[in-house]
Amino acid sequence: MDIDWIQVFNWMSLLKCFVVGGALCVIGQILIDKTKLTPARILVIFVTTGAILGGLGVYKYLVDFAGSGATVPLTGFGYNLAKGAIEGVQQSGIVGAFTGGVKASAGGIAAAVFFGYIASLISKPKMKKQ
Amino acid sequence: MEMIFLKKLGKQTIQFDTPPTILECASIVGPKEAQGPLAKYFDQTLDDEFWGEKSWEKAESKIIKETVNTVVSKSGVPSEQIDCCFAGDLLNQCISSSFGLRELNIPFFGVFGACSTFVESLSLGSICIESYANNVLCATSSHFCSAEKQFRFPLELGNQRPPTSQWTVTGAGATILTKSGQGPFVTCITPGKIVDMGIKDANNMGAAMAPAFADTVIAHFLDTGRSPNYYDAIISGDLGYIGKDIAIDILRSQGYNVKSNYNDCGVLIFDKASQDTHAGGSGCGCCGSVFSGYLFKQLQERKIKKLLLVATGALMNSTSSQQGESIPGIAHAISIEV
Amino acid sequence: MNSNSSNPIESKQKYQQYVDKKSPNSPIWKNCFNAFWVGGLICTIGQIISNICKERGLDTTTSGTIVSIILIGIAAFLTGLNFFNKIGKFAGAGSLIPITGFANSIVSPAMEYKSEGYVMGVGGKMFTVAGPVLVFGISASILVGLVYLIFNTQSITLV
Repeated sequence: MDIDWIQVFNWMSLLKCFVVGGALCVIGQILIDKTKLTPARILVIFVTTGAILGGLGVYKYLVDFAGSGATVPLTGFGYNLAKGAIEGVQQSGIVGAFTGGVKASAGGIAAAVFFGYIASLISKPKMKKQ
Repeated sequence: MEMIFLKKLGKQTIQFDTPPTILECASIVGPKEAQGPLAKYFDQTLDDEFWGEKSWEKAESKIIKETVNTVVSKSGVPSEQIDCCFAGDLLNQCISSSFGLRELNIPFFGVFGACSTFVESLSLGSICIESYANNVLCATSSHFCSAEKQFRFPLELGNQRPPTSQWTVTGAGATILTKSGQGPFVTCITPGKIVDMGIKDANNMGAAMAPAFADTVIAHFLDTGRSPNYYDAIISGDLGYIGKDIAIDILRSQGYNVKSNYNDCGVLIFDKASQDTHAGGSGCGCCGSVFSGYLFKQLQERKIKKLLLVATGALMNSTSSQQGESIPGIAHAISIEV
Repeated sequence: MNSNSSNPIESKQKYQQYVDKKSPNSPIWKNCFNAFWVGGLICTIGQIISNICKERGLDTTTSGTIVSIILIGIAAFLTGLNFFNKIGKFAGAGSLIPITGFANSIVSPAMEYKSEGYVMGVGGKMFTVAGPVLVFGISASILVGLVYLIFNTQSITLV
């Protein structure tokens, strides 16, 4: 199949993605520098916020606008979980609320577990040089 | 009754009538410390933080073991003639010291005072010398990686260290105290009280410990009647840059000016600008190796004749931090004169 | 010397204020700038992968999953090469907030606790940092699903 590289490098979509993704990271950076929150807490805030905004139907607009700029940050992970839960409910009622979220983000979770295990098998932690 | 050569001075200081001698010291440090300004003073510097071991904990045990072996062989005192040993580190249940020294065959006291452990060991060791012992071994160690693993985050986590954080020193210091010697002498010790000024930020240990440092130093001056200029050098354990600044401020506000002869082991061991260690070094191995490597040689060469060594510790762990507790600080002072 | 005019350890409250003033702040402008461009770049790489997937006729959901898997794979690989922490030190939230940070937070403790064995060390400690993300993310998604369910049944019964 031929790939339309002009579509792939559609600069407008990439620019929107860059700006929104960068801006979400800046929010995270302000949390790091201005509060005493640990990285784990910041990730929790992002994923929970994403799930809530996803549930409220707000985050969808950001995803439509910025694509990966909204889905790659952890808020997007939360959005994806919430979206999956809602779709699950639509398909199979109450059981879907429990299965939908994890089903929708199973790829990411499984990849992290699998690659994490592999990486730990083949490499050793090293001291930060700086 | 036997004669006791200990005398209490003032509120909390102990003075020795026949002061113990610091016979010999040894130190081994890790690769980062080997790039620091004190590199040439250490007995051995390592190229890699594992030192051929499988884990950092094992590496730390090996560091303290080899440091102790070095000091014993340098001193010429046969290990059978060492009456007891005081040692400690930062890991849970002090496993670096007990595992590192399990084959030593010397009566062993494990001590914990966080980063103040080195002076705590020297203090207890000196008291033993004054009561029953002829030779006492004191040793402490810390390891950057094992400490990060236990207290903070995995090494490979891509987080940023705040500018107030301190860098745990990889290294160990060991000392042999003896009853009759030519000095440098431990003339008195001032054990410190726990002081907690409510600091909760585990990334700002210097600020948590500085009030304890000031408390002990002031107690020492009051008890002994000495003033800051009695000493050629007043060296704190590891307050780092921020803690050092705060300590100077607190002491000034109480009427003691220490600016000219005061420094800190955590400030001395790294070059802040080129080594990116933020607020400076910390850990039991910091004070241990800086004293055993650098300060002891200054005393031997009489570049420093009167030294007040004040090791400071933050008595917390990750559970207490997670439970929202503040960080109690402690500082023990030991006066060493040639 | 006006010795008692400014005693920093007069009270805990005063000491905290004094310490806050005394402690240097993080270089927030520089950090935000680095976080912005590195974070934006990671997302853009994701967008390019996603665009390629779409050009190959894959739907949005599958493309999104592929983007996640590839970025997680790259982050795990770079963590294994002892390189991700250098990116993280430079970029801060720029590499933490994208899915790469989630991957790094799983891979780094897995590597760290290798010395405690492959089952309880690697397997058990893998989620020490990322565990809360899953707990809160999954719980929030279930709540969202349940709220949606209640809202929907009501609207159905109302109609």
